[in-house]
Amino acid sequence: MTETQPTSYEDAFKSLQEIISKLENGELALEEALKLYEDGKKLSDQCASLLEKAQLRVSTLGADENEDIQF
Amino acid sequence: MWKTSAYRLNFSPRDGQSVEVHGNMSFYANSGQVQLYVDNMQPIGEGLLFQEFLNLKNKLETEGLFDPAHKRSFPALPKHIGIVTSASGAALQDILNTLNRRLPLVRVTIAPSQVQGSEAPASLSKSLEALNQIADLDLIILARGGGSIEDLWAFNDEKLARLIHTSRVPVITGVGHETDFTIADFVADLRAPTPTAAAELATPVMLNDLQLTLQTLRSGLLSAIEEQIATRSHQLELKNQDLRRLSPIQRVNNTIQTLDILRERLNRAMRQQLQRLNTHLGHLGNRLETLSPLAVLQRGFAIISDAQSGQLIRLADHSSADQAVQIRFVDGEIPARLNPSDQEKS
Repeated sequence: MTETQPTSYEDAFKSLQEIISKLENGELALEEALKLYEDGKKLSDQCASLLEKAQLRVSTLGADENEDIQF
Repeated sequence: MWKTSAYRLNFSPRDGQSVEVHGNMSFYANSGQVQLYVDNMQPIGEGLLFQEFLNLKNKLETEGLFDPAHKRSFPALPKHIGIVTSASGAALQDILNTLNRRLPLVRVTIAPSQVQGSEAPASLSKSLEALNQIADLDLIILARGGGSIEDLWAFNDEKLARLIHTSRVPVITGVGHETDFTIADFVADLRAPTPTAAAELATPVMLNDLQLTLQTLRSGLLSAIEEQIATRSHQLELKNQDLRRLSPIQRVNNTIQTLDILRERLNRAMRQQLQRLNTHLGHLGNRLETLSPLAVLQRGFAIISDAQSGQLIRLADHSSADQAVQIRFVDGEIPARLNPSDQEKS
């Protein structure tokens, strides 16, 4: 797995919370703080986009295994 | 039953239903017929089905299958929801609509099942077991739309009840209407009055809530970085002030100022000296003036000097006959020659 970005809303949201905690409490180098902010910004955009585009993904047991019905 | 009596009934009797009736019987000796005239009728509360239901309920309750301590809680934000219901029923559409409206982030896996008839209990159990095989499933909604108590009977099955009890994944039931209670409802971790309500209970947090929370978090992120930068700006400003205070420029400026003052003093002193010397020179000039031989010429005297050597001839004795001289008057000089005979006479 080369994937570093969390893809589920929950994971992205959790990472975002962690980043903010670090930014709020940590003794950080400026560069580090800015990097965290950038990452946080990306995560929050990702979260917002996930919420915006969210569509129920429905599959049925016994139906074609790979066929996910878009609701 | 006479029409007038039938009107007063508060239910519609169906084929096969057990009822309790009140009325009178007539015997017709001629035709050998017996007639039952019913003037009132009501369903039998303690009918066979109901008795079965109560027996099973008591049994399972005694075994502790309804124990509140056993009921599990549900995740606030489920990711994957399983549904056991009829693939063609309105209940499924109600559930899907509700889930899509409240939390479209969620994944749904439907385990289609018969929900009515003699095959239904086994079918429901099979679906429930199948969903329990899915590792990441957060909860199962076991649902069926409204119907008669007989229609819902599959949900009073003992095997199904035990499966719900041992289900790895927590179960919400939404069977029939508000007033319907089945064994499945009692044993489930959570009972919802309807399929729609089950979908609502399964998603306590809605998309709107998530968006609001996210908005708050985004503001939090922004203020966190702003705070980080503001702190540094402030520290930087303090250091800048220190730097300005400690800067050699300040010392250079001080030195320059001292230098300016010194230079000014120097200039002033010099001017004073020059003025003093000038005044002195004036005095000397005056004195010189009074001593000057020219001042004597002014008074009408003349100076006679030897034309060749320029030597002053102060005494007559120093003059010789026929000597060429220069006579200097106040306004100029004229050449002259001494008379030899005059000299002889003297």
